[in-house]
Amino acid sequence: MSLLEIKDLHVKVENHEILKGIDLSVNAGEVHSIMGPNGSGKSTLAQVLARRETFVVTAGEVLYKGKDLLAMKPEEAACEGVFLAFQYPVEVPGISNAYFLRSAVNARRKYRGEEEMDAMDFIPYYKEKMKLLEMDERFMNRSVNEGFSGGEKKRNEIVQMAVLEPKLAILDETDSGLDIDALKIVAKGVNAMRSPDRAIVVVTHYQRLLNYVVPDFVHVLVDGRIVKSGGPELALELEDKGYAGVEGEAVRV
Amino acid sequence: MSLTTTTPELQSYLESFTRFEKSAPGQEQGWLRTLRQEGFARFSELGFPTTHEEDWRFTNISPISRTTFQLADGSAKVKARDLDPFRIPGAASQLVFVNGHYTPELSSLGKLPKGVRVCSLAEAIEHARSLEGLLGRYASFDRDAFIALNTAFLADGGHVYIPRGVVVEAPICLLYVSTGNSAPAMAHPRNLVVAEAHSQVTVVEDYVSIDSGVIFSNIVTELYAGPDTVVAHYMIEREDTQALNVSTLRIQQERNANVESHSLLLGGALVRNNVHPVLAGEGGECLINGLFIGKGRQHMDNYMLVEHAQPHCNSRQFYNGILDEQAHGVFHGRIIVHKDAQKTDAKQTNRNLLLSDEAQIDTKPQLEIYADDVKCTHGATIGQVEENALFYLRSRGLDEIAARRLLLYAFASECLERMRTGPVRTYLEALTTSWLPEGMALVQAAGAEVQRNWEELG
Ligand SMILES: Nc1ncnc2c1ncn2[C@@H]1O[C@H](COP(=O)(O)OP(=O)(O)OP(=O)(O)O)[C@@H](O)[C@H]1O
Ligand SMILES: [Mg+2]
Repeated sequence: MSLLEIKDLHVKVENHEILKGIDLSVNAGEVHSIMGPNGSGKSTLAQVLARRETFVVTAGEVLYKGKDLLAMKPEEAACEGVFLAFQYPVEVPGISNAYFLRSAVNARRKYRGEEEMDAMDFIPYYKEKMKLLEMDERFMNRSVNEGFSGGEKKRNEIVQMAVLEPKLAILDETDSGLDIDALKIVAKGVNAMRSPDRAIVVVTHYQRLLNYVVPDFVHVLVDGRIVKSGGPELALELEDKGYAGVEGEAVRV
Repeated sequence: MSLTTTTPELQSYLESFTRFEKSAPGQEQGWLRTLRQEGFARFSELGFPTTHEEDWRFTNISPISRTTFQLADGSAKVKARDLDPFRIPGAASQLVFVNGHYTPELSSLGKLPKGVRVCSLAEAIEHARSLEGLLGRYASFDRDAFIALNTAFLADGGHVYIPRGVVVEAPICLLYVSTGNSAPAMAHPRNLVVAEAHSQVTVVEDYVSIDSGVIFSNIVTELYAGPDTVVAHYMIEREDTQALNVSTLRIQQERNANVESHSLLLGGALVRNNVHPVLAGEGGECLINGLFIGKGRQHMDNYMLVEHAQPHCNSRQFYNGILDEQAHGVFHGRIIVHKDAQKTDAKQTNRNLLLSDEAQIDTKPQLEIYADDVKCTHGATIGQVEENALFYLRSRGLDEIAARRLLLYAFASECLERMRTGPVRTYLEALTTSWLPEGMALVQAAGAEVQRNWEELG
């Protein structure tokens, strides 16, 4: 059984059909990349999987670990191991990163009936993950994403992922806005998370990140549909021909 | 001097005043007798304000003007143990007033540096004549019926005097306790705080209830901050939801004085919080910070009047409001820059969160600038808890209630973080936490203590 099984997913936003029948199956241990032009529905898909309720599912089914993901609230999905690294991470003034993240860790622990983690145990663990992403420790006492540069926000998302150890991680354009050094650091962080019992879905426009995080599968999303799937070479082909080229080919198939 | 009132509504005040005059402390002192009479005369002329007046447009005070109040007497009995929740740990002294009357057996004066005076105003009036020319010097009742009324009934309250160069680290607390009364009662607390040059002090006024009942508290606080002083004032309103509370904090700031006014409004049915600093010496700095959290049918009106009278002064106003259910909030931020006050830097920000469709906020800036080289900015926002922030927190595993609380606490803590770290802030962080919708155990840990742990660990 796949970790994630999306069947004929249709999604509307404000009466506008954005996803028009997505089928996708992701197994534990795999890395999938979703590519596609602006506005094709990549973030919509990512957020529906993280259970954003403003997106209305009009048809289809999503099974995650065999359970009905679409019946879950965002916090349930999170506690079940779904993680979304946001394309636009939200600033939350007044709440420190450390406090926020420890609350998140403890919410999961509580969900699983485990004992909560106190600050003494949490801080060293958190610091270790920050170190992996080469993030200054001082960030932990700063408000969540407040005043962070674009790159710092993205890196902070990956730190959160590393701390929360999800089963299914969806990274929505985590590479955009990163300089080459930051990109390598983020890629290192993501690769460190690759494991046989975890799946990673990388939404990106560029081959750049995929040079470091080599995907097992690449899917092309155009206008709410996956028009083509293939191996890592598909990303290179896209870089070469553009979406239009690949799409045309798909239509011919 | 013969006193009359023109409206029957005010008749009961005349009766109260006539009775009051017979036993008021210090009545034998001519200046005080005259001050009271002038106050009453002015009140009679002005009458209570109506919503036709610009300064009262958003606040209908008919619950006050249409009720007949009797002057609260000092007979209510309060047990020391009932006040335990209202003791601020780490305070230097705490004066307790029951329905406006100083109650020495509930108060603790603590150990204070030499020369510092902390006592009830009634005592100060009876034992010294040094208040002449000080009391009523800055709180003008010429155009303010509530100040006029307070001045008429001026009798008790807190008096704090800090001599030149003395630093009092621990806060001095004035705790005003309202008790349930069989009939609507009124009290007119009058506080006088004098900080002489180069001194430092923190004064907390805290209005609380034990038992519910209709009480009208009409407070005037005169705060004199001498040259080079560092003064912090806290106003905490957490009375019962039948309380009517009108307060005026009149601050007079001399050269280089650094003054902070922090207001935390949580309780009361009808609350009007007037803060009126006058920056009367060069180089003065004033922070006017406030948080109001209303629910039910609470009405909370914040009226700021910041007067820049001299050059090179800074004023910063920050007020955050959280309004739920049918609560109504008002923020009126008036800044007057007088003609000599060049290089004034005045800033005003009012941010509001409305948690229900029926909650309401009226926010109004009013800038009157008579100098030409000044910097004045103002801004106001009204919003709801942001869906995308809520989703962000929930996507990390926090349930909806916890996420909402966290965002509300974060919004509230913008104001708490402007307070200097110390016992008052710690106390108010916990108080705010317990007051936010759905009282939130989770967020308590977000306070200073945990933060400190992390820093120590680092
Ligand atoms: N709240 C909304 N209201 C209306 N339309 C929306 C809303 N959110 C998204 N859309 C629309 O849905 C479509 C898909 O958006 P989505 O963010 O999923 O695209 P994307 O593939 O992630 O694009 P990009 O590469 O630019 O990030 C777009 O046309 C967008 O304008
Ligand atoms: Mg997107």
